[in-house]
Amino acid sequence: MNYRTLVGLEIHAELLTESKMFCTCSTEFGGDVNTHCCPICIGLPGTLPVINKRAIEFAIMAGLSANCKIAKKCKMDRKNYFYPDLPKAYQISQYDMPICTDGYMEIETESGVKKIGIERIHMEEDTGKSLHTEDGSSLLNYNRCGVPLIEIVSRPDMASAAEATAFLEKLKAILEYIEVSDVKMEQGSLRCDVNVNVVADDGRKTEIAEIKNLNSFKAAAKAIEYETARHIEALEDGENTLKDTRRWDDVKGVTVSMRSKEYANDYRYFPEPDLVEMEISEEWIELIRKELPELPEAKKERFVKLYGIPVYDAGVIVSSKALAAFYEDAVSRAGDAKLASNFIMTEVLRRLKETDANITDMPFNSTDFANLLKFVIDGTISNNMAKKVFREMAETGKKPEKVIEEKGMKQITDESAIEEIVVRVISENPQSIEDYKNGKDRALGFLVGQVMKASKGKAAPQTVNRLIRDKLSNL
Amino acid sequence: MKIFDLTAHEVRDKLRNRELSSVELTEESYKRIDAVESKVDSFITFTKKEAFLQAKAFDERMKKGELLGDLAGIPMALKDNMCTDGILTTCASKILGNFTPPYDATVTQKLKNAGAVIVGKTNMDEFAMGSSTENSAYKTTKNPWDTDRVPGGSSGGSAASVASGEVFYSLGSDTGGSIRQPAAFTGLVGLKPTYGRVSRYGLVAFASSLDQIGPLGKDVEDCALVMNTISGHDRKDSTSIDRPVPDFALGMKNGVKGMRIGIPKEFFGEGIDEEVKTMVLEAARLYESMGAVCEEISLPSAKHALSVYYILATSECSSNLARFDGARYGYRAKNYEGFKDMFIKTRSQGFGEEVKRRIMLGTYSLSSGYYDAYYNRGLKVRTLIKQEFEKAFETYDFILTPTTPTTAFKIGEKSDDPLEMYMSDICTVPVNIAGVPAISLPCGFKDGLPVGMQLIGKFFDEATLIRAAYSFEKASVICRQRASIMGGGVNEL
Repeated sequence: MNYRTLVGLEIHAELLTESKMFCTCSTEFGGDVNTHCCPICIGLPGTLPVINKRAIEFAIMAGLSANCKIAKKCKMDRKNYFYPDLPKAYQISQYDMPICTDGYMEIETESGVKKIGIERIHMEEDTGKSLHTEDGSSLLNYNRCGVPLIEIVSRPDMASAAEATAFLEKLKAILEYIEVSDVKMEQGSLRCDVNVNVVADDGRKTEIAEIKNLNSFKAAAKAIEYETARHIEALEDGENTLKDTRRWDDVKGVTVSMRSKEYANDYRYFPEPDLVEMEISEEWIELIRKELPELPEAKKERFVKLYGIPVYDAGVIVSSKALAAFYEDAVSRAGDAKLASNFIMTEVLRRLKETDANITDMPFNSTDFANLLKFVIDGTISNNMAKKVFREMAETGKKPEKVIEEKGMKQITDESAIEEIVVRVISENPQSIEDYKNGKDRALGFLVGQVMKASKGKAAPQTVNRLIRDKLSNL
Repeated sequence: MKIFDLTAHEVRDKLRNRELSSVELTEESYKRIDAVESKVDSFITFTKKEAFLQAKAFDERMKKGELLGDLAGIPMALKDNMCTDGILTTCASKILGNFTPPYDATVTQKLKNAGAVIVGKTNMDEFAMGSSTENSAYKTTKNPWDTDRVPGGSSGGSAASVASGEVFYSLGSDTGGSIRQPAAFTGLVGLKPTYGRVSRYGLVAFASSLDQIGPLGKDVEDCALVMNTISGHDRKDSTSIDRPVPDFALGMKNGVKGMRIGIPKEFFGEGIDEEVKTMVLEAARLYESMGAVCEEISLPSAKHALSVYYILATSECSSNLARFDGARYGYRAKNYEGFKDMFIKTRSQGFGEEVKRRIMLGTYSLSSGYYDAYYNRGLKVRTLIKQEFEKAFETYDFILTPTTPTTAFKIGEKSDDPLEMYMSDICTVPVNIAGVPAISLPCGFKDGLPVGMQLIGKFFDEATLIRAAYSFEKASVICRQRASIMGGGVNEL
């Protein structure tokens, strides 16, 4: 029996507006507990919300970037439930008239490009945060309360953890590009719920399991894999899964049931009477569209065309707006687009991965990087040396010229100096010459290596090669 | 005539003529409170210190020869569901018994800016739910005309404070008739403005889509002056509408000649006291004698207004009152296990019976499976009612009805029968459902108790209502009658 996995995602992204959804309090992350609060965002009696126009614009930007239809009319609704971190005991959200609907995003899969449908994007306000202490009491921090959020709901179009990860990465890149969210999962500004079920070839299928609050892409992928296996096992045993809400236990690597959907809250949605219906004009949408920057897809195409780098490389480089900007800046300064892309694809990305950092966290900037490339281009250092210089730059933040000078890495390009070494090495290795004459090409490489060793790696490799060939053919 | 018997605009003239200082006037007000408050129980909180500060400030500005507004220096009262910075705002509920807001409602701010002297916060039905001011967690306010009777509700404290001469005018809030019904019961003029005319910011919400703040005064002119002060767009309230505010007192003396008045038969049917009907129809004759045209009309959907009201208002209240859970402020139950238990016990102990009844009704109407049958259906009927009014106003300048089916009833008479109590708002509720403005003013007396009539107007056309009400007031002698507690009463007619 074959099984097909259906994965749908619900992603919450905090918007990067300066003030909250319904008041003028700061949305800045951190800050002393309960300092970014006012009577409105903590819902004191008599206070009323006033919608933040910028938050609507950000939601529209997200919708346009994900090929959504933008509603001409939309309203806010109340989602009622009791929880200590929800001070009004309702969350202002959108129910039946979300601001964006019917969009899609394209992801790369093993079998090519795939369209993932986006059902809706709606706006809502964030809740506060509860902190449960060891003595059993609960403390509340309302700084996050009322921060604007968008919730992006995908269609169940992803068939694996890999596709879900690709979707999440793409979405993250887009939100980062259009600068509507800082998409920091570790700070909670991007949060993700996963819906999984499995359909067998014979049509039997499991009930949807919803895994809540996954705080990394890795956890999301693992949870999907775990659930897929659990659901298939159930179908193979001729059973079904319960429709339930689960959480991912990262330590044990399993999902755990939280509550059955049958007992789920009745949120008693109804139109928020304190806010009036919003009209979104075509003109306004067009103004917002003009505000949108170049998106990853367009940038990728441009990079391939303009810089002649491979599609794959371009895809990797544009996956982060900061990295793409870094690349473009380095190319404009150093000139060699391919060299720059090669270097980023290998050394830079390896470094970022090792240190789990972003390009903006590095202690050097694109100008330093461009200068490093220039030294390679003009032959001051070899490619191999450049890697060493880069490592030093990444570790200490030193300028490339300083590293080269301190370590005496300047390449020897003076032919007579290299020739001297070549002559000496040839005279010291008669056996290699014999081998070479007998047609063993390996001997040539050995001799080059010896010359490089003798020059402490500073001899320009092309020159060494040429001189050795000259000498040997003259023997 | 005693000072406390005067209207606000009359004391304004005395202040301007230097016959009186604001401090003297404020002293008069508290003297009056000392004399009658124990009999009427209008207030929950007094703000004596702040009142005298404001009065002194007024007197100093007068000395400097500053030109001051109509309400400056005059003692008044606020219903206790309007937030006052640094002053207890309880909504007559146990659950908010210790709540001191760190902000002013927009109306409070506007009154302070206008130099009003806020004497105190008045009693009300808990969270404005009720029609008698018997549903207060603190006290039952009595009708100054007959202290065995209710002053109406939910702004009963605001009405009694004016009718008994404790203050010169007051603000009430009106969700289904809570300004007009007590105005009718206590012989005052009460105005419910168009929804969106007065900011709701700082009004502790009962039903957000229906609530509106308005004045209670001894005559129409006082209400016009208060409307001039409290009306206008407020950026803090998205539902407040950005429309120019006319001077409501300016055209009020222009008469009603040529006005067309609709008299909807549905408001004169079963349940309406015969004498009340007669008096309102006599008022119509008086209008005709002044050159207006009266015609019978029909508003067939209005009979559904009360049902719609008890679905929409309770739905919104179940959500609006959910925040009172004891977690952040207000009353909290003493013994509990875990936060759910705390919520449940706090709310069980903190809310009164009527509030709990309405929260349950609203929770039911909104719950999945019932939403379409109740809430959604309610919204649709609301639209119908609104359309009927709009249609009527294509022909008529205003609509004339009784304000209440009967005069003030006895304390305790209807408290065991919620449905019977709800019926007392049957004439006022359709107005809130439609969002249009309406004014109640006295049109006669029955057995020594005032009878009120209601004029309903077009959206944002309070000016016509004020003009029509003013004309009636001048043509009859009724507005000069004062409650028995004032030493007056109908017997002196």
